[in-house]
Amino acid sequence: MSFALHLINGLQMGSIYALVALGYTMVYGIIKLLNFAHGDIIMVGGYIALFSLTLGRMPALLAALVTVAGCTLLAVIIEKLAYTPLRFAPRLSLLITAIGISILLQNLAQFFFTANDRGFPGHLLFPTGSVSIGGLSIAYTSIITVALSIASMAALHLLVKSTKLGKAMRAVSEDQGAAQLMGINVNHIITFTFAVGAALAGVGALLYSVRFPLIAPTIGAMLGLKAFVAAVFGGIGSIPGTMVGGYAIGLLEALVTAAGLSGWVDGVVFLLLIIVLMVRPTGLMGRPIMEKV
Amino acid sequence: MLKVTNMNVYYGNIYAVKDVSFHVDEGEVVTLIGANGAGKSTILKTISGLLRSKTGSISFAGEEIGNVASHAIVKRGMAQVPEGRRVFLQMSVQENLEMGHYTQQGATMTERMEGVYERFPRLLERRKQVAGTLSGGEQQMLAMGRALMSRPRLLMLDEPSMGLAPLLVEQIFEIIGELNRAGTTILLVEQNANMALKVANRGYVLETGRIITTDSASALLEDDTVRKAYLGG
Repeated sequence: MSFALHLINGLQMGSIYALVALGYTMVYGIIKLLNFAHGDIIMVGGYIALFSLTLGRMPALLAALVTVAGCTLLAVIIEKLAYTPLRFAPRLSLLITAIGISILLQNLAQFFFTANDRGFPGHLLFPTGSVSIGGLSIAYTSIITVALSIASMAALHLLVKSTKLGKAMRAVSEDQGAAQLMGINVNHIITFTFAVGAALAGVGALLYSVRFPLIAPTIGAMLGLKAFVAAVFGGIGSIPGTMVGGYAIGLLEALVTAAGLSGWVDGVVFLLLIIVLMVRPTGLMGRPIMEKV
Repeated sequence: MLKVTNMNVYYGNIYAVKDVSFHVDEGEVVTLIGANGAGKSTILKTISGLLRSKTGSISFAGEEIGNVASHAIVKRGMAQVPEGRRVFLQMSVQENLEMGHYTQQGATMTERMEGVYERFPRLLERRKQVAGTLSGGEQQMLAMGRALMSRPRLLMLDEPSMGLAPLLVEQIFEIIGELNRAGTTILLVEQNANMALKVANRGYVLETGRIITTDSASALLEDDTVRKAYLGG
């Protein structure tokens, strides 16, 4: 495989990591929770897409919408049932709950769908084939993945920068008490943030299932962890930082693979996490954490 | 306009506000004065719904608000400029003002923002700047402008003079007087009792969570015990 193809592969994976990592970063930004159930929402999204396409025989666009809506709904339900009652609990309780939800989702999936891999019919979702550019043959799925993820991120950027709700999200993430004094319903904004993060995860689920077309109850775990590394690397809480972090991890993996060390890919990513935590724990674009006096 | 009856507030085990009752009539400037830790800010936070009183009632414009969510209280015409200003440091001046307008109908935003910029021309110059880059005085103006965006009937100010140079303090109190003359009822919490009593109609003196005396502002300025304790003789 030529180096250029490795890079394209890296961009494709980076797009997926960036989308997933944004869910971590947004939830962390607003309630300082590392939502370790986020990866498993993508796993559920994979099953929703799979069954929508096969059992439901839905057209691609409808299946995609159902997947995104399903992930969003699931995240809102989890937030309401599991996280809202802990709004004033210590943050560690919230973190442990998130890990518990992750285990619960994996086991529910195993219970209902068995632990066996199920093939994902990516060809029903995206057009197959490839386009030849300058002697390089680039798969349509790669192009669609990068385009769709950039479009989603642009939409997110617009939402956060320019809409009333997006500005309220930033206000709540900076100072909940002051936001309440503005008349902002903090609970609504937190739920909305979970919903937006999960919608991005839904898009991520589609892209990931096409890239690795085997759906199993554990597929969200490693993806979630790598996206978490991407968020920490870019600066968790910073939306642009997280986007950069996602692409950085995707490209890093591609470079390690190109160097002929494909067995080391996971190890290198987690080594990066350790280095970041030692050298610059706030990440590339994160703000230093300041305690309020 | 505002009537607080038998307010009792605890922070965990700390009994912070003890059986406090007071009222603010329409058109008045009322000040709560007292030393640091007397419970003044706690009272404002409880009126705004950020904290809850164990007993008694808080009525605003004739309606009980003691159990109303804090975000809903704003909609009823009350705004607070919190202690330490608490502007959104990572958002621009203009975005901060937009947040102040959050509960209002979109159509009134431009007009009210222009009103705020007219009152605080410095904010207009800096409207695209991130609030974290403003000076303390400018941040105080932004916090006040932000509260005015909801055109409150009752404006509560928590230590607006804190950490400001004397000249700026004068300016802030001048603006408080102007706002009141323009029809806004004001509840002012201050450690700077001298300045507060000069702008206020009436005052309540708090000591360790209790109201120990109340009178017209001019009488409190002359009161011997108040002078000794809070006005430096």
